[in-house]
Amino acid sequence: MPHRADTLESEYDVVVVGGGTAGPMAAIKAKERNPALRVLLLDKAHVKRSGAISMGMDGLNNAVVPGYATPEQYTKEITIANDGIVNQATVYAYARHSFTTIEELDRWGVKFEKDANGDYAMRKVHHMGTYVLPMPEGHDVKKVLYRQLKRARVEITNRIIATRLLTAADGSVNGVMGFDSRTAAFHVIRAKAVVLACGAAGRLGLPASGYLMGTYENPTNAGDGYVMAYHAGAELANLECYQINPLIKDYNGPACAYVAGPMGGYTANNRGERFIECDYWSGQMMLEFYQELQGGNGPVFLKLNHLAEETIQTIETILHSNERPSRGQFHAGRGTDYRRQMVEMHISEIGFCSGHSASGVYVNERAETSVPGLYAAGDMAAVPHNYMLGAFTYGWFAGHSAAERASSLDFSAVDAEQVARERARIYAPLLRDHGLPALQVEYKLRRFVNDYLQPPKVTRKYEIALDRFAEIGEDLEHLHAADAHELMRCAEASVIRDCAEMAARASLFRTESRWGLYHLRVDYPERNDAEWFCHAHLKKDESGRMSHFKRPVEPYIVPIAEQEKDAYDRLRVAPKTSPEKTAATV
Amino acid sequence: MAFQPRSIAQLSEAAVTVDLDKCIAHKGCTVCIDVCPMDILDIDPQTGKAFMKRDECWYCLPCQKDCPTGAIHVAIPYLLR
Repeated sequence: MPHRADTLESEYDVVVVGGGTAGPMAAIKAKERNPALRVLLLDKAHVKRSGAISMGMDGLNNAVVPGYATPEQYTKEITIANDGIVNQATVYAYARHSFTTIEELDRWGVKFEKDANGDYAMRKVHHMGTYVLPMPEGHDVKKVLYRQLKRARVEITNRIIATRLLTAADGSVNGVMGFDSRTAAFHVIRAKAVVLACGAAGRLGLPASGYLMGTYENPTNAGDGYVMAYHAGAELANLECYQINPLIKDYNGPACAYVAGPMGGYTANNRGERFIECDYWSGQMMLEFYQELQGGNGPVFLKLNHLAEETIQTIETILHSNERPSRGQFHAGRGTDYRRQMVEMHISEIGFCSGHSASGVYVNERAETSVPGLYAAGDMAAVPHNYMLGAFTYGWFAGHSAAERASSLDFSAVDAEQVARERARIYAPLLRDHGLPALQVEYKLRRFVNDYLQPPKVTRKYEIALDRFAEIGEDLEHLHAADAHELMRCAEASVIRDCAEMAARASLFRTESRWGLYHLRVDYPERNDAEWFCHAHLKKDESGRMSHFKRPVEPYIVPIAEQEKDAYDRLRVAPKTSPEKTAATV
Repeated sequence: MAFQPRSIAQLSEAAVTVDLDKCIAHKGCTVCIDVCPMDILDIDPQTGKAFMKRDECWYCLPCQKDCPTGAIHVAIPYLLR
């Protein structure tokens, strides 16, 4: 480790952490807002292929396109799909900007499906409105972004894992600390504004396969952003509203009902029958899925084998070249052909993700967190059901907000004590000559997450989980790393442990059930609007403890009529009378 | 004599394999190593060619897709296959 003693100091007006989806957009828009600013995009992998869309994306799930949907209609749909616990201002701000974002991406060269007239070829998947825009050639999104980053003269540093934020005497964020995952050199980057765009907490639960990196999310997204925001004093919102997804069993990639649905594919039980009316991912949909899995009608499948050959070829072309292109190879290995067999599905392990559910770092409609100087966007920022287009849009907002702050401020003094403390914490595993390997500790930690936190949530199990996570916290003091790469895995094990504790404590705080399977508490099985129609926030208090409090749901911009409120509760297909029964009755 | 702590390695089949005839890493190419999100590829000092060093593959395929000579193959890791 020749460089480990080095501390490299640098200074940028705006630092964006995370070069996946929201991050590049934030960096580009910060530069556009004020070209005089020095903007750094930091990535723990390589910006060319990092993040959730490293291999592109097959469509927009939440496009609000004039003529198909209005911002008001979309805001209503997401409010209902998220059981009313929504800051509508954030969803509405996204919805109003959604089409502008699409047009910008289109100008940059991202390919969206268009009809013969050149109009966007919108499809319906949601329960109420039409918001899906396919991108059959969406595999080049990262290339398009990279070109724009170069054009905007954003500075890029790859293979730096950010571990903690620096805070000034007034509590505002004034820098980022981290280290190089190849040389272990320690970096202290002063900044006037920091944007966190670190993706979901995707390595929280252990996949049922037992393979650590067989996660739904890109496993680089270990939850770093959640933990950095937490330790900087930011509020996190509704973390108990977990991300749990219906996935291809073992492969753990999306079955892609959004792609197959509009072409006639659907989620089916073991009899090949539809049991949910709408394949849009919501907590209620996941609860119906879970009940079907547990009941005699399981397992659950993606059914395509009733479709015409040319339709299946189209689906294969899209699914096997975008987002998770190795799924074709997986199916071939199992002898699964969409033409003949249904594709077995399963429920994913838990995670945090506001892109798919609602668990994230609190932000307002300007992408500001509760800490001055700190902004968040993408999967880790609490704008419910925001998906890729929401990441781009909130990246845009975060870039503008951060640039505005950075344009009117001077750098503030870095606290040397914080730097010394973080250096000592990060390097400890390198200095030990023996100890626990990071991946083994991670395996045990994530197995505990499955054993105790996977819904349905049981109070006693959650209390035991807190004891186990505390013990893992002691194990972290005995980690050993032989090189800089292993040191990165050590840092991530600590991130995952903090996320696990946040998941447990946030779930214990909300003593009701809400969001279908995401927060199904066996000891409090009913939804309790009288006491819990509110956000539940979590933050690190002055004494360093995890504290919880309620925040009222902000007044609605778009009112929801009484009869619309439970639209997403009526997802189960009404049971058919079976032919035998009919015959008997006759 | 006190008990001596030790660690032991567990064997895994490498999901990423390299065609040594096609790989041009010895000429300075590092494309696959650069694009891997998990940073699990490296250059084998023995052969000068790329190889999978760590069992942390997400089977996402940038290495295979971006390799200029088609020298990389990513299999689904055995535990999921």
